[in-house]
Amino acid sequence: MSPLPNPLPDAEAQCRQLADLIRPQLHHQPALLGIYSGGAWIAERLKELLGLPEDIGLIDVSFYRDDFAEKGLHPQVKPTVIPFDVEGRHIILVDDVLYTGRTTRAAINELFDYGRPASVAMAVLADRGGRELPIGATYCVWDVDLQDGQSLVLGKQDDGRLVWRLEHA
Amino acid sequence: MNIVIENGRVIDPKNGVDRNCSLFIADGKVAGLGDAPAGFVADQTIDATGCVVCPGLIDLGARLNSIEAELAAAVAGGVTSVVVPPDADPPLDEPELADRLVHRGAEIGKARVLPLGALTLGLKGERLSELAGLKKAGCVAFSQANKTVVDTEALLRAMEYAATFGFAIWLQPQDYWLARNGIAHEGEVASRLGLAGIPVAAETIAIGTIIQLVRDTGCRVHLTRISSAAGMALIQRARHDHLPITCDVGVHHLLLTENDIGYFNPHARFSPPLRAQNDRLALSAAAASGLAAVCSDHTPVGADDKLLPFGEAKPGATGLEVLLPLTLKWAEAAKVDLPTALARITASPAEVLGLPSGQLAVGAVADICVFDPEATWQLTPDALKSRGKNSPWLGYMMTGKVRTTLVAGRVVF
Amino acid sequence: MHNPQLNKDGELIHLLSIEGLPQRILTQILDTAASFMEVSAREVKKVPLLRGKSVFNLFFENSTRTRTTFEIAAKRLSADVINLDINKSSASKGETLLDTIDNLCAMHANLFVVRHASSGAPYLIAEHLQSIGRDDVHVVNAGDGRHAHPTQGLLDMYTIRHYKKDFTQLRVAIVGDILHSRVARSDIHALTTLGVPEVRAIGPETLLPKHLDKLGVHVFHDMEEGLKDVDVIIMLRLQNERMTGALLPSAGEYFRHYGLTPQKLALAKPDAIVMHPGPMNRGVEIHSAVADGSQAVILPQVTFGIAVRMAVMSIVAGN
Repeated sequence: MSPLPNPLPDAEAQCRQLADLIRPQLHHQPALLGIYSGGAWIAERLKELLGLPEDIGLIDVSFYRDDFAEKGLHPQVKPTVIPFDVEGRHIILVDDVLYTGRTTRAAINELFDYGRPASVAMAVLADRGGRELPIGATYCVWDVDLQDGQSLVLGKQDDGRLVWRLEHA
Repeated sequence: MNIVIENGRVIDPKNGVDRNCSLFIADGKVAGLGDAPAGFVADQTIDATGCVVCPGLIDLGARLNSIEAELAAAVAGGVTSVVVPPDADPPLDEPELADRLVHRGAEIGKARVLPLGALTLGLKGERLSELAGLKKAGCVAFSQANKTVVDTEALLRAMEYAATFGFAIWLQPQDYWLARNGIAHEGEVASRLGLAGIPVAAETIAIGTIIQLVRDTGCRVHLTRISSAAGMALIQRARHDHLPITCDVGVHHLLLTENDIGYFNPHARFSPPLRAQNDRLALSAAAASGLAAVCSDHTPVGADDKLLPFGEAKPGATGLEVLLPLTLKWAEAAKVDLPTALARITASPAEVLGLPSGQLAVGAVADICVFDPEATWQLTPDALKSRGKNSPWLGYMMTGKVRTTLVAGRVVF
Repeated sequence: MHNPQLNKDGELIHLLSIEGLPQRILTQILDTAASFMEVSAREVKKVPLLRGKSVFNLFFENSTRTRTTFEIAAKRLSADVINLDINKSSASKGETLLDTIDNLCAMHANLFVVRHASSGAPYLIAEHLQSIGRDDVHVVNAGDGRHAHPTQGLLDMYTIRHYKKDFTQLRVAIVGDILHSRVARSDIHALTTLGVPEVRAIGPETLLPKHLDKLGVHVFHDMEEGLKDVDVIIMLRLQNERMTGALLPSAGEYFRHYGLTPQKLALAKPDAIVMHPGPMNRGVEIHSAVADGSQAVILPQVTFGIAVRMAVMSIVAGN
């Protein structure tokens, strides 16, 4: 784990690095599944960078989260859209930051309600540690240490560029 | 027992008295006002500092389901005479029943019980009860409570018969057909909330019918619990024509409207229903001018019958212990002075009944209410002696508290 | 007056009526329903949101259709569903409504779906739950007397949004027995809250409540006038069981003046949609050719209904 650099890294460059990590596995014909919203943007980049023919899937985990009792339903739920058949495919789940692992767990549960994949891999730009479940990133370009109350958020600028920003609780 | 009530503001609306002075009671009657009568020695002194001393309130409509609790509630509310509608179970259609009621009331020795006899047997609106027999047993007039006599011929004959003896008939004007499916005033609120409505026409058609029959028979009629502006206007015209018609208004209808139904509050279900603001203002004007007397229409309803969906809840609210504070509340909002407001619940009801009570002249029976017009108290179930805890004012602060009540010169509260 | 449907943070805790709900909550429900449409389209039509929760269907008034859609919706949320058909005949009277509620709360109910013949019954239940401190129990109104049928109103709005997209440009006509219709009242409140500029009510005087104009509705007694250039037609069922007294001479006369025939439909916009909450009385309020025609969206309404009810239950159960 390295401390937080200043300025924050270039997210677009990190997407290119992530694509480089995945490229050797393309013979499995993986399907990309981006977790809203950061993961969805990154998955779009990866599709272009890797030249994948098929539309990416988009997944909203609101209905599978484990904190419904405390937090209720998220006020803005987006529809999950998986345009390919999950059965027997190698799926790459894409997200911006991997933290406790709970979002990934929810995404995997939801994915399995669509069918039985051949395998599921996890691709993230940033891994900030702090895991509360035994979940790991298969592909990751940045290990980073954050303090309590800090969070890394991926945003999309008006010109379409993906940029990191730091938020304090 | 000789009693003197001193330091109070004595208000006797009937006789135009409103001054700070002492009131002397002897042999159950008012013996003097201001100066002690010759040779008067007080056995008991009541200090009425900061209080109003007025005639005991006369309530033209109070149901006494459990008679002991309700008569205790009456005097706690400063009410010394209650007129009881005949719709208890069984209805008061036999002289024996009236006799028993009057005697039980006397035994309990709190507020006076003035029963209304059932005009027809079983209140069915078909055959006449023994009116003369009921009168002899103590009924002050005859009534159908809030049931309608549908058969107009039967009503005509009843009025002719009553007129023969000079008896008065009390009727709540409501057309049976127009009211039978309704649960609320047919207006904006009922439209919005999907409640079956009772149009104003239900009241005005009935009043029109009754007025015509009074013209033809000369029978004295008292119309109870008027709810609409149009209804009041018809009564105004009838009085102008010198017809023997009087009326009253329930105190809740002076203060509340259909809007108080809110989110289907069953405590706002009344019969007749709470109507629109312009109706309320007309009722208020009628009470202010003296066209209408004011009463409580006390109707105790248990939680099992009240905490139900609006259309299933029994209509009515507890009234004996709130008649005074609600009348004061109305008077303040309507800018009516205190003596006039008190007249509506003392002298005016006495006039409707044709009784000499409701006043404090020397020689009058000493039915007296002493109350603090500034004292506030919260309306909670525990604060009420009545078994009826049903009220749209639950939790609200009331202004006006009775300190002492006397009936026939005896302290009963 | 505090709206019992919202908690102190303005979140929806009960769905009792559309009246009084801000636009953002209606929009939230419609957006969430869109996600649930997607769930209903896949192989495993379940999400674990209400797993372990008990949904009690309290139907004091019979309705197999509505109860079934609520049951399906609750099961797709992984909830346990218990159906109680409490008949309102005097033979089964004894326990008061509130005593029934207390008993069911003691059985760990989490959500009550309530249909009742008396307007306001769900409010009584919601107030009672608050007074006994059970803020973990939620109420969804499945229809109370003539007052409201909020989930139907919402699914009607979902349908309109699906086909017409923008509420703010529409003319919507509601035809039929509005006086006795809880669906109509809910539709009217939803349409005005969502910004529909022209809401019309079409029917004979005896079937329209007085003061309809105070709710923002234009009243028409002539159906041909009323249908001119409308984008959405909502037909109401002529409710035999609700009518008492001399409101209408006959179903035949009603159909002649207020039935939706292909000729009358042609007066509306060519792409107008025809909706109906069901069940339909063919030949009374709607001609079969219209009911089975291309402009009718009556069956999709049913599908949307399941997603909307899933959305409503998920939202209230989480707050």
